[in-house]
Amino acid sequence: MSRLVVEQPGALALVEDLGRPGFAHLGVARSGALDRGAAKLANRLVGNPDGHAVLEVLVGGFRARFDGGETWFAVTGAWGRITLDGLPLAPYAAARARAGSVLELGAAERGIRYVLAVRGGLDEPHVLGSRSRDTLAALGPEPVAPGRVFAIGSAPGASVPLIDQDAAFPPAGGAVTLALLPGPRADWFTDASRSALFDTTWRVTERADRVGVRLVGAPLTRRVEGELASEPTVPGSIQVAGGGQPTILLADGPVTGGYPVIAIVTPASLDAVAQARPGQEVRFRHA
Amino acid sequence: MSRRLLPSGESAVLVECDSLDEVLALHDALAADRRPGVVELVPAARTVLVGVDADQLPLESAMTWIRRIPLAVPTAGRQGAGDAATIRVVYDGDDLAATARLLGITTEALVAAHQAADWRVAFAGFAPGFGYLVCDDWPYQVPRLDAPRTRVPAGAVALAGAFAGVYPRQSPGGWRLIGRTDAVLWDAQADPPALLAPGRRVRFEAAV
Repeated sequence: MSRLVVEQPGALALVEDLGRPGFAHLGVARSGALDRGAAKLANRLVGNPDGHAVLEVLVGGFRARFDGGETWFAVTGAWGRITLDGLPLAPYAAARARAGSVLELGAAERGIRYVLAVRGGLDEPHVLGSRSRDTLAALGPEPVAPGRVFAIGSAPGASVPLIDQDAAFPPAGGAVTLALLPGPRADWFTDASRSALFDTTWRVTERADRVGVRLVGAPLTRRVEGELASEPTVPGSIQVAGGGQPTILLADGPVTGGYPVIAIVTPASLDAVAQARPGQEVRFRHA
Repeated sequence: MSRRLLPSGESAVLVECDSLDEVLALHDALAADRRPGVVELVPAARTVLVGVDADQLPLESAMTWIRRIPLAVPTAGRQGAGDAATIRVVYDGDDLAATARLLGITTEALVAAHQAADWRVAFAGFAPGFGYLVCDDWPYQVPRLDAPRTRVPAGAVALAGAFAGVYPRQSPGGWRLIGRTDAVLWDAQADPPALLAPGRRVRFEAAV
């Protein structure tokens, strides 16, 4: 049986699939790959069903060895230098590794999260129906440590498809524009602030992880003062804390929050949030 | 009652209620008449979130369902989800005596009231399996600690605001600790994984 041996996980490597919806009432977030589009694409490139478990590799500095047999794999999400046994590979394309081949993901140049899918998927145990690591609730497979060996599942029925590589497009390098729907508590904010949300050029701060991405810009001001009783949130909710700075809640975000949600990032735009780098500019548009 | 529907993205709607009692009644009614395509049904203090798979149940249809759903008249014999959970407690929490003093009652009276109360899980939050328990007859409001503990052990039985709770695992926490239990509150491998799901009735019993 084929295996993947992670020699260097880099900054943070996590097992993710499409998450575990349906448990928010027990305090469990959906979790799952932050860049869902990249996870689905990587799986499709190697003929897997969309929901097979992949590795989400933050920033790069990742090295892994294929073991046991030939393995098809694909890397999507962030763009950077990808090599197999030292030879550069095209991004967003299926490639075949021999037993003993070494895959390296260099520092990401565009985006920040690589997704690595192997044909057959990572054969990890399910927790609540998913193989995803939830970093906030500490559910699912532990973050990948050096030397970690992954069993690879049996090959899916579908063959590795032929795909036009021109279909690949990298994460945005400059400002990212995200589509927003109105949030449930938009009316808690002044008209000026609701306009400012769309007129401001925001910047991604260092406080950006799978729980949420904090932005900085002109503070948003509230019309309704007082405390909001904690209420359920969905991934993409933009909550505004006391200081007036927005935070986009992501897949591992708390299932309830006590700050008003001014707007919600559409699912399609959430993939771009997953790839936004600290310091990168963010603008919002109406969905 | 007013039932305000606040869309929360493409596939969820937040239903705002006037009181926690209405939240409980609405959650019961929606759970009893759950439609295919409802992915999440999440009660909170004043709201219920209904999340859908929009391919199976368009958000508009879900909103019509929510608007039309009749609420049962709340009664003392409100339906709980399944059997009552009985949680055995050793009442020796670090904050037990101080909490009783804050409430102006004896330690014995607080312990007795905690056991006499007919608790119900209103909603979950904070951590997997952490249920916020309420009781109509519970008269006490317990202020949170000014400085939360960085480490509350698993099984700590606690009070805060009008709520009772049990810490499912070791975590930070600002609730006042009145006791501890060996009960397993959360086991991701078990079905169901949480002992205290919304709607469940709960009794506390002194361990001897």
